[in-house]
Amino acid sequence: MCTRTGGALAHVLEQQGLATVQLSSIRGHTERIKPPRALYCEFPFGRPLGKPNDAAFQRSVIMAAFTLLERPAGPVLEDFPERVTDATETPLTCSLPPAFNGATPSVIDEARALRSAYERQLKRSGRTSVGITGNVETIPALLEAFLKIAAGTLPENAGLPSDPHRSALDVRAYYEEAALALADHVPQARATESWFFQQTEAGKLLRKAQAQMIAAGRTDYLDTIVPRGQE
Amino acid sequence: MSADAQTRANAAAMPVLEFATTAFTTPPRLSETKVAIVTTGALVGDGDADWIQGEETFRVLPKAERGFRMAHWSLNFDRTGFTSDINVLFPIDRLEELAAEGVIGGVAPRHLSFMGALHDTLSTIRLDTGPAAAKLLRDDGVGVVLLTGA
Repeated sequence: MCTRTGGALAHVLEQQGLATVQLSSIRGHTERIKPPRALYCEFPFGRPLGKPNDAAFQRSVIMAAFTLLERPAGPVLEDFPERVTDATETPLTCSLPPAFNGATPSVIDEARALRSAYERQLKRSGRTSVGITGNVETIPALLEAFLKIAAGTLPENAGLPSDPHRSALDVRAYYEEAALALADHVPQARATESWFFQQTEAGKLLRKAQAQMIAAGRTDYLDTIVPRGQE
Repeated sequence: MSADAQTRANAAAMPVLEFATTAFTTPPRLSETKVAIVTTGALVGDGDADWIQGEETFRVLPKAERGFRMAHWSLNFDRTGFTSDINVLFPIDRLEELAAEGVIGGVAPRHLSFMGALHDTLSTIRLDTGPAAAKLLRDDGVGVVLLTGA
């Protein structure tokens, strides 16, 4: 958990002569770790500054954190007054390419059809989170491997370049970044996650593969591919 | 209950490192010191190796770069905010603005990224890579560190 690791880092950096202030995402952890200065921000995980493309809001968070540097002693833990929540329960509304009904599995058609949207988003933002196990060219091959896992093949025999966990992260990043281009706005946190797992062929495939692995007794962290609540 | 609220509820029961005392460094004047970001968001740059499980080392993030990749292993958080705006996790442009206004003395030339998804005692961070990170930042004239997670 990032708040736990960040809290430990705060202790170490402070011991080494640096003044630190942590943006905490889990208040209960910070209460126990007691870093020198922390601002608890109840924002979506993954968005510790709260709101993308809102410079004024981000600045207000940073300035609230810097205010803690004025305190004469620590540990200091204060709450940022505004909360921002995720939207897991409200999937993004995002059109999907039609199934081709050809010889290729529909999930592969779906992934290929999203390629231009993925490229538009990459050009717009200049970065991608696809690449933990391969690159954008390997997404169809990852899905073919997950088709095998969903059909009962053991993960190590399915042709994945890495473990299921990291392979699934690449598939999901590809889809979620394509969704950003299709939606043409920044969705609320985790709205694309719900769109991916509940509405796309690829998300449904990962859920099926996850269920198959669990049925086969494969419950290790590196075999986990679906977030809590999306099963 | 939202997914994040559920995660926070589950986290309450997790073990955490507890420190007998809290170190405290008197901060320099903010307007006269450089500020660095140390994130546990597991960002990597072009050419950086990906993380291995349990890895407690860090990657260096040069201040002029923006094309970092989010290589965090957690399934349970949003990545679209970061894809859309790097500053929602790594607020480098906000620091540049504050430096231009004189609110902070400057932006560190190098920032650091750790993997936050760790479940160990963090002994390597506490005894080895954490002090090494501090030395790197001190060598760059950093006085204040803003820690962000994912």
